[in-house]
Amino acid sequence: MPEIRVTPLGAGQDVGRSCILVSIGGKNVMLDCGMHMGFNDDRRFPDFSYITRNGRLTDFLDCVIISHFHLDHCGALPYFSEMVGYDGPIYMTHPTQAICPILLEDYRKIAVDKKGEANFFTSQMIKDCMKKVVAVHLHQTVQVDDELEIKAYYAGHVLGAAMFQIKVGSESVVYTGDYNMTPDRHLGAAWIDKCRPNLLITESTYATTIRDSKRCRERDFLKKVHEAVERGGKVLIPVFALGRAQELCILLETFWERMNLKAPIYFSTGLTEKANHYYKLFITWTNQKIRKTFVQRNMFEFKHIKAFDRAFADNPGPMVVFATPGMLHAGQSLQIFRKWAGNEKNMVIMPGYCVQGTVGHKILSGQRKLEMEGRQVLEVKMQVEYMSFSAHADAKGIMQLVGQAEPESVLLVHGEAKKMEFLKQKIEQEFRVSCYMPANGETVTLPTSPSIPVGISLGLLKREMAQGLLPDAKKPRLLHGTLIMKDSNFRLVSSEQALKELGLAEHQLRFTCRVHLHDPRKEQETAVRVYSHLKSVLKEHCVQHLPDGSVTVESILIQAAAHSEDPGTKVLLVSWTYQDEELGSHLTSLLKKGLPQAAS
Amino acid sequence: MMALPYITEHTGFTGTVYATEPTVQIGRLLMEELVNFIERVPKAQSASLWKNKDIQRLLPSPLKDAVEVSTWRRCYTMQEVNSALSKIQLVGYSQKIELFGAVQVTPLSSGYALGSSNWIIQSHYEKVSYVSGSSLLTTHPQPMDQASLKNSDVLVLTGLTQIPTANPDGMVGEFCSNLALTVRNGGNVLVPCYPSGVIYDLLECLYQYIDSAGLSNIPFYFISPVANSSLEFSQIFAEWLCHNKQTKVYLPEPPFPHAELIQTNKLKHYPSLHGDFSSDFRQPCVVFTGHPSLRFGDVVHFMELWGKSSLNTVIFTEPDFSYLEALAPYQPLAMKCIYCPIDTRLNFIQVSKLLKEVQPLHVVCPEQYTQPPPAQSHRMDLMIDCQPPAMSYRRAEVLALPFKRRYEKIEIMPELADSLVPMEIKPGISLATVSAVLHTKDNKHVLQPPPRPTQPTGGKKRKRASDDIPDCKVLKPLLSGSIPVEQFVQALEKHGFSDIKVEDTAKGHIVLLQEAETLIQIEEDSTHIICDNDEMLRVRLRDLVLKFLQKF
Repeated sequence: MPEIRVTPLGAGQDVGRSCILVSIGGKNVMLDCGMHMGFNDDRRFPDFSYITRNGRLTDFLDCVIISHFHLDHCGALPYFSEMVGYDGPIYMTHPTQAICPILLEDYRKIAVDKKGEANFFTSQMIKDCMKKVVAVHLHQTVQVDDELEIKAYYAGHVLGAAMFQIKVGSESVVYTGDYNMTPDRHLGAAWIDKCRPNLLITESTYATTIRDSKRCRERDFLKKVHEAVERGGKVLIPVFALGRAQELCILLETFWERMNLKAPIYFSTGLTEKANHYYKLFITWTNQKIRKTFVQRNMFEFKHIKAFDRAFADNPGPMVVFATPGMLHAGQSLQIFRKWAGNEKNMVIMPGYCVQGTVGHKILSGQRKLEMEGRQVLEVKMQVEYMSFSAHADAKGIMQLVGQAEPESVLLVHGEAKKMEFLKQKIEQEFRVSCYMPANGETVTLPTSPSIPVGISLGLLKREMAQGLLPDAKKPRLLHGTLIMKDSNFRLVSSEQALKELGLAEHQLRFTCRVHLHDPRKEQETAVRVYSHLKSVLKEHCVQHLPDGSVTVESILIQAAAHSEDPGTKVLLVSWTYQDEELGSHLTSLLKKGLPQAAS
Repeated sequence: MMALPYITEHTGFTGTVYATEPTVQIGRLLMEELVNFIERVPKAQSASLWKNKDIQRLLPSPLKDAVEVSTWRRCYTMQEVNSALSKIQLVGYSQKIELFGAVQVTPLSSGYALGSSNWIIQSHYEKVSYVSGSSLLTTHPQPMDQASLKNSDVLVLTGLTQIPTANPDGMVGEFCSNLALTVRNGGNVLVPCYPSGVIYDLLECLYQYIDSAGLSNIPFYFISPVANSSLEFSQIFAEWLCHNKQTKVYLPEPPFPHAELIQTNKLKHYPSLHGDFSSDFRQPCVVFTGHPSLRFGDVVHFMELWGKSSLNTVIFTEPDFSYLEALAPYQPLAMKCIYCPIDTRLNFIQVSKLLKEVQPLHVVCPEQYTQPPPAQSHRMDLMIDCQPPAMSYRRAEVLALPFKRRYEKIEIMPELADSLVPMEIKPGISLATVSAVLHTKDNKHVLQPPPRPTQPTGGKKRKRASDDIPDCKVLKPLLSGSIPVEQFVQALEKHGFSDIKVEDTAKGHIVLLQEAETLIQIEEDSTHIICDNDEMLRVRLRDLVLKFLQKF
């Protein structure tokens, strides 16, 4: 029995280090290859030894697909391809291919240069890894090999984020990566056609949340920033360099312009300017409005937002700083946070989801005394605000996508177990499809029943279709043909054609039955009587009286002859082929009963 | 694409139009420029009576030689352009687009311009490729996708180069050296051009060339209502560019160096020569502007401004118009005229290389490609040469393509597939008879297992045979094979028949069952059972015979 098997190596009932193995139609595909922000040990990367105990990964995996450039989706890629060893193709979209190596390099620097980790991947490994990448366009059907094809759909989560359809024959799986169903200030909404996959693997970060309108959140955000700046406070917004940052920059930029505010807005690290540049060059991936107006005014050229220098953090007076990374687990955002945390005038706004174990997660869960490295305790007096700007679909969005794609079953990843449970029930109730939520290392097996494509000869098909158009079309019609199987080539043809093609002669089996009738009249008259009798009984058949005196019913021939001994008896010779067996047999028994008296 | 509004707006066309994103965006710019140019010089009246054939005949050349004048149309408006473009559905290269479940359409990179496409139209068993305006040269767009054109039943080939004798690389070199020469002598250079396409390559060449040629102080002006948009749009289609340019975007840097020319103020662009341009204008300079026909657009002013001085040069690069005809109304001219047509589309050498690579079963092309150009009738190399010879077509001609559709895809449901019993007829070839219900929806065919009640077994049927008329729709299979007489007789004996007599005939044998007054004629490919009306006996004999035969 063919089946689809799915095993999450990461992101199973968890957020972080997304990595999902899918076996479909004999092909093995790895979806995403992420790292976990909350860990610094072995648990940081997925357990690739699970894939093959001893064998080479390249032999086992047909391809790797990366949905977008966030590190929890691509952070383990150089480790996987260069240190564990994988030489097959890695698919991602153009923007992802452009941005991914930069984030990896950034991550490497923090890990190796700042934390002094050994046995980490090198810059060269990142480069070598990226050489294995094949870029895909949206909606392009990429033929990985003769049987396996993949297709990317717009996901709207970050620049270049994509959902992928993986298809082998008539079986298919859709993996959403992270997606967003509501367009924001810089990206459009995720979209997929009614592709009816066997399985939809969807993220479920906000499985239980239904978010209020974006406009309200934006107003709240601006109000908070404004208030803090008015009272002379400093506002820290930890972000990832690409994604939310650009959306919030556009938001603040327009607000500053409208309100004519003077407080400086800074954006940390050189990466930012570069990041904005990517947005400018990949403007076709942004939303309609930005694309339409970019010739007159490129939304990613900011007037009010300037590059940040470390020395600025100690400047007096209000300011707004965007700093990376977004979960306050390392780097510049953490440095600034430590500097500003003690002053209650200041404010930190967390615009996105924080993984467990990060400073961001701790302060969001209300912790106000943080143990830092070297046993220092940091007291957080600054205001802590959380605003969900991260571009994941909420419960409503997930349901919407399931409705769009119409899958046969759904599998949840990239979320917390408790929340998944709730969403799982909801999906099962509303769509009446089975829904799974495997933990890491747990395998879900879905039996599938793919139909078998064969070639049908056009002659046979047209003959059947023409008959199908009769008023009787409601009654199911039977199609008869012969399936010729030669190697892996399957063709369905009419039986006559099959015989001809194979050089076989048809063997005709014919029956002739003698039916004795008591009738003293001449043979011709007997034939006429037989004709009129059959004509009246067999109304649905074509009964003919031929000039040579014989009678035909369809292709069955009936001849009347005199009996050699008894002149009062006539012999009817009823002759038919095996193909007319039913009718022939019926006719003889009919004639055996004799002709009706009325006619004589 | 330039004629799209005529189809979508005036013919009652209601279908969908498919195109790539760069095609739509840049096509819009080209149309916008055209409309803008035409609308600048409104005509109060338009004459059409001269189109009458009898009058046209009497008019001076070139009017009397013009063909199909009745099909000439007024230029569309921007409103019609927008409406036409709104009917387009965007597609990407290698995207498979299903049409009515019957055929699949796929655009492929043609390598000629940003987003330019060849198309594949295919069903499960047939494939037609449409190759138009393709280039094998490495310029800015993504290289031509040749591999996907393989295994075509028919390849429709059109849009070859208009200047088969000119080498584009040589022409670019000539362009640069003539430009430098003129400017060094204090003259101005006028380049009549379209606002998108070759101009990107020319600017790139000049970017590399100006410093070495000592032209860094010479201003370049690009004047077109869409100049700014064209330069901006060219930078955002990273995914549609050649590999080199893509790599630049990854850095991230703008893929085209004209961004740097603009930044360093070497290249300036203006919507028209009115306004800012007149105050910035410095001579000597290089001006890129349209329209290349020299009949309308800002180029007309420059022709009149610079035509009288022999220091100036006009360089023709667009191959669409004869430069002599374009210049005719401006004669006599003192200005130098250089003709460097740059047409990167396929020439005949590249065509034969392509056809060898792709190997279509049939080639279809416009008539003029099947013979040498009239002006160079001795150049037998300037025509398409392939085996079998290309089929040619003319305007408004309907051509029947030389292939016969034999098969279509049908899906067999797994339950039905399970019930099939294949038997091996020859080594490697197996057969199975299929009786199934055909379902057709959206041009997709599915075979489902037959519902049980409609396929009663033969035995049951016969018992009730006298009551109802048999459903002859339950077809009996065809038979094949032959019956070995001796084994048949043995089988008969085994089943209790005695008194069997076998007679040889010319073609086979006759088996006589004397007791039952039954005669069985056995020949190579036929068997005839003649018996009295004894149904039981007949059925027994029938089943015996069937044991020796294969069913289909």
